[in-house]
Amino acid sequence: MGKGNMNEQENAMIRIHVMGKTYQVPAGLTIMDAMEYSGYRFIRGAGCRSGFCGACSTIYRREEDYRLQFALACQEMAEDGMYLVQLPFTPAPRSKYNLEEIDPSENVLLQYYPEIARCVSCNTCTKACPQDIEVMDYVQAALRGDIARTAALSFDCIQCGLCTMRCPADIKHYHMAQMARRIYGRYLSPVPNHLEERLCEIEEGVYDNELGKLMAMNKEELGIAYAARIREEAK
Amino acid sequence: MDGLTYFPGCSLKEEAKEFEISAMAVMKALGLPLIEFERWNCCGTVFSLTEDDLMHQLATIRNLIRVQENGSEEIVTLCSMCYNTLKRSSLFVNRDKERLEKINAFMDREQAYEGKVEVRHLLEVLRDRIGWDKVEEAMTHSLEGLSVAPYYGCMLLRPREVGIDDPDNPTIMQDLIEALWATPVEFPFQTECCGSYQVVDRRELIVERTHRILSSARRSGADVVITSCPLCQYNLQKTQSELKETIPTFEEMPVIYFTQLMAVALEVDSGELPSPLLAGLAIEEGVGNGER
Ligand code: SF4
Ligand code: SF4
Ligand code: FES
Repeated sequence: MGKGNMNEQENAMIRIHVMGKTYQVPAGLTIMDAMEYSGYRFIRGAGCRSGFCGACSTIYRREEDYRLQFALACQEMAEDGMYLVQLPFTPAPRSKYNLEEIDPSENVLLQYYPEIARCVSCNTCTKACPQDIEVMDYVQAALRGDIARTAALSFDCIQCGLCTMRCPADIKHYHMAQMARRIYGRYLSPVPNHLEERLCEIEEGVYDNELGKLMAMNKEELGIAYAARIREEAK
Repeated sequence: MDGLTYFPGCSLKEEAKEFEISAMAVMKALGLPLIEFERWNCCGTVFSLTEDDLMHQLATIRNLIRVQENGSEEIVTLCSMCYNTLKRSSLFVNRDKERLEKINAFMDREQAYEGKVEVRHLLEVLRDRIGWDKVEEAMTHSLEGLSVAPYYGCMLLRPREVGIDDPDNPTIMQDLIEALWATPVEFPFQTECCGSYQVVDRRELIVERTHRILSSARRSGADVVITSCPLCQYNLQKTQSELKETIPTFEEMPVIYFTQLMAVALEVDSGELPSPLLAGLAIEEGVGNGER
């Protein structure tokens, strides 16, 4: 790397404002890395660091934009002039239910989360979702008793809680949608026959012999067997 | 696309499935099918009377935007309540462009609503576009001998500016009944409120109204009452068993959707019908229910 290049890199600093205090950080960092660079240590508000756990909900505004923006700190890049704050926790109790005992009829979501009927279709939840989920659409699907659609539309939800913090109707979107997905999985999704068959085969001991052979191998033999395994053709 | 841009509303997917099933079948038979548009949301349930409460207009206007995005200038509803809310909201924003501008500015990710979508109730389409004579022509099973009381309730007729007919003296459902060769029965409580959402915490009030409304229909000679509102239907039908417990002499009265009556006459899928009514019509159970 040439000297000029080094200087350029050093010069590429941006300003971020964390809870009102301004810091200079190198460009090209995620919000989470930029905050850590500024000296913050995450005790809450960080988990997987790869966009899956939903712990790092972040709210920000750009200097010249009236809109509030929402992101996962571990995923979004810090930009010059961002005003940032973390939201490590959403106060939203879950309704209690026993999945085995509920009646999976159209009204069940409304019964456990009656506040969904308060939705005014403002779409604020959708705008808050860092996963680009059509949050309002899944609330609306729930309202009309369409459990399968609620489950499908909310599938990518990582329970970050941002929608719930923004909703003027005090709906607890992600808990309600999780219930929908559970009901869907328990009562509505098609039964995979091949899985049932395979489980029976395992119980009957069809694979005991093969498994025994694997258990008896040492590491080296296992390595060879692994390399020589039959792979499923990509379709 | 030759059909009507149809707005179902939540009730028609839950309590009032029979309404949708029968309406779909009837309109298909009449050659003007109902086509449910993409991504509709709840109508807003009740029209907000607070002039500056624009938040409660968002649901309706968002629906009208979706219709506009679909390239349609008309939205047809079956539920009287949805009709009322959508229609009043569309008038509300059209009357004052400032309101509309504010709503459009709030919904800054959506197309701006241009104020051009017409809200119609299916009964209006039947009367004004299809015509009672066409309905009569399509009939294959005459309802001669059946006395039918139309129950309008509030939402189809009031306030006057959104009423699909004269709010004091409506005839639109009588005309439909006549087109099917049944006998329309007029009774004094046909535009009386059923008690609406009071059913949630003042059920006794609904029971009392059901008694008053249905007994009056009975005294006037009705075999069946028709309605176009899932909430009226629920209130009038579901409280009858309670009513019978307190007043054993009360004679039960089937309350069905007008589209179910049409489905019987056109011999298409009517959805489930109360069995005493089927017996009265000399129709076997299951007839007309085949397509499901
Ligand atoms: S739906 Fe809500 S909780 Fe789920 S990811 Fe989106 S904003 Fe987060
Ligand atoms: S933020 Fe709340 S009220 Fe607004 S659309 Fe979403 S769920 Fe409905
Ligand atoms: S830390 Fe898990 S999503 Fe960001």
